[in-house]
Amino acid sequence: MAAIEISGLEKTYSVGFWRKREVPALRPLHLSVEEGEVFGYLGANGAGKTTTLKLLMGITFPTGGSARILGLDYRDPQVRAQIGFLPEQPYFYDHLTAGELLEYYAQLSGVPAAERKRRVPQMLERVGLPHVGSLPLRKFSKGMMQRVGIAQAVLHDPKVVFLDEPMSGLDPIGRREVRDLMQGLKDEGKTIFFSTHILSDAESLCDRVAVLHRGELRCVEKVGELITAKHDRMEVLWQGDAAPSQDLAALGAECRTTGDQVRAVVPEAKLDAALELLRNHRARLISVTPVRTTLEDYFLERLAGAADPKEVKP
Amino acid sequence: MTSRIAWIAFNTFREAVRERVLYNLVFFALLMVSSALLFGGISIGVERLFLINLGLTAISLFGVLIAIFLGIGLVFKEIEKRTLYTMLSRPVRRWEFIVGKFFGLAGTLVVNTFFMAVGFYAALFYLGRTLTAADASLLVAIYFIVLQLLMVTALALLFSTFSSPVLSAVFAFALFIAGSFAEDLRAFAALSEVGSTRWLASAAAYLVPNFSALNVISSVAHGQAVGGALILNNTLYALFYAAAAVFAAILVFEHRNLK
Repeated sequence: MAAIEISGLEKTYSVGFWRKREVPALRPLHLSVEEGEVFGYLGANGAGKTTTLKLLMGITFPTGGSARILGLDYRDPQVRAQIGFLPEQPYFYDHLTAGELLEYYAQLSGVPAAERKRRVPQMLERVGLPHVGSLPLRKFSKGMMQRVGIAQAVLHDPKVVFLDEPMSGLDPIGRREVRDLMQGLKDEGKTIFFSTHILSDAESLCDRVAVLHRGELRCVEKVGELITAKHDRMEVLWQGDAAPSQDLAALGAECRTTGDQVRAVVPEAKLDAALELLRNHRARLISVTPVRTTLEDYFLERLAGAADPKEVKP
Repeated sequence: MTSRIAWIAFNTFREAVRERVLYNLVFFALLMVSSALLFGGISIGVERLFLINLGLTAISLFGVLIAIFLGIGLVFKEIEKRTLYTMLSRPVRRWEFIVGKFFGLAGTLVVNTFFMAVGFYAALFYLGRTLTAADASLLVAIYFIVLQLLMVTALALLFSTFSSPVLSAVFAFALFIAGSFAEDLRAFAALSEVGSTRWLASAAAYLVPNFSALNVISSVAHGQAVGGALILNNTLYALFYAAAAVFAAILVFEHRNLK
């Protein structure tokens, strides 16, 4: 059974005061996410990622279409008890402490009292906030707030977790920790639907990705197939003289010098000739590696030729 | 369902307490202490009347100000700060949120009024060195103030579901003032000879909350008893009016697309 089944979900906003005009934020979307899958929802700013999540969470109402989560209508309260949601740049009741907030949300999600007593400290420990004690949320840093956000999203042990830009605004350490948390959820078999425009995160976590552009779904692909698809170019890295660069350019290579190192991307068929050239120049070879097609390449390729996205905000 | 409403109400109450809303009690206490000392000092025979008028008016005014200033942000603030996002993604229905918010603020106001009433009676005791059975009738005026606060809270909550805090405050204050003169508006409608004026004045008089019927401060200060029928009528009227305003707030909020 699909964990998330979206059928023609769409959202159009009316903008303007006197002369109203319709601006589509999300064109009819058809999408299916399997149970236990980590699904990346990619797109530039204003592509419609947050709109999709707001629709699924019942924060805004769709202009058309429907969606089912765990086989039930997405508006069904039974479904709400089975899902967790982290909004983009989350903000919580700042008069509460992290423990009180989690306790409150657990109460609203119907977690029994005994279970709440056990889970709240456990969850704070899991997100790396075991010692925040009586510190009110208004004194939390952005990274700490994000961790609280993740804690509240999974506190009630939901089957499906929706995360809107979970790594947004975090420093490298924070991003790594959030990624580890998401990996942990994946290992527990939870279905994760997360939106991002940080492609390296999607690449390291997702089973499949969808690319959204100007409210329109461009494609859905398996990440594994994308990033191992073709190795038709090789990257050659050497140290020392940049003189071979001109000769390599004649072989169709693109060269770039950084400090005392030179990086050349050479067509695979010309690799032997390129290495021979470097030997002749007595260059100190550092590495020869195949150039992988990254998710970024794929993403840019999918959006190539498209006009700059216009941000659509309600 | 009931427990979710109770949790939301409790969180609203807790928020109000932590935002130091109950600090107004300190100002009220200072007002009562200074008034009791001052009136006790001049002692021209009407000190009790002054204190009752001042005390009850202060209880009403402090309560209305809190009801309006907290009420207008009840929903708006949650939308603006996006705290509603994580709330609505849980098994919380929109109407439960509105009802919980209403009870949370109403509870805050009841607790606030209770402590002000205690302070008021303490000042009365200081002034007269005793409390008489007649002083118990002042409780009716305090009870009517609570009813009035329930109506103001419901109206502020309604405005908060579709309007900015500034506009909501303007609407709520305008209605509070208009409602305080509701009886005059009805009298004006009765006196009007032009049909359309009479109809419009009557419609306005019955639409605005009738706060003048709930104001018995002057009567109880002069020792006049408040009849049981008026207590019953006012109770039913205030509860019906507040329920209608909360219901309207639910209707608006149920169909509102959040930012």
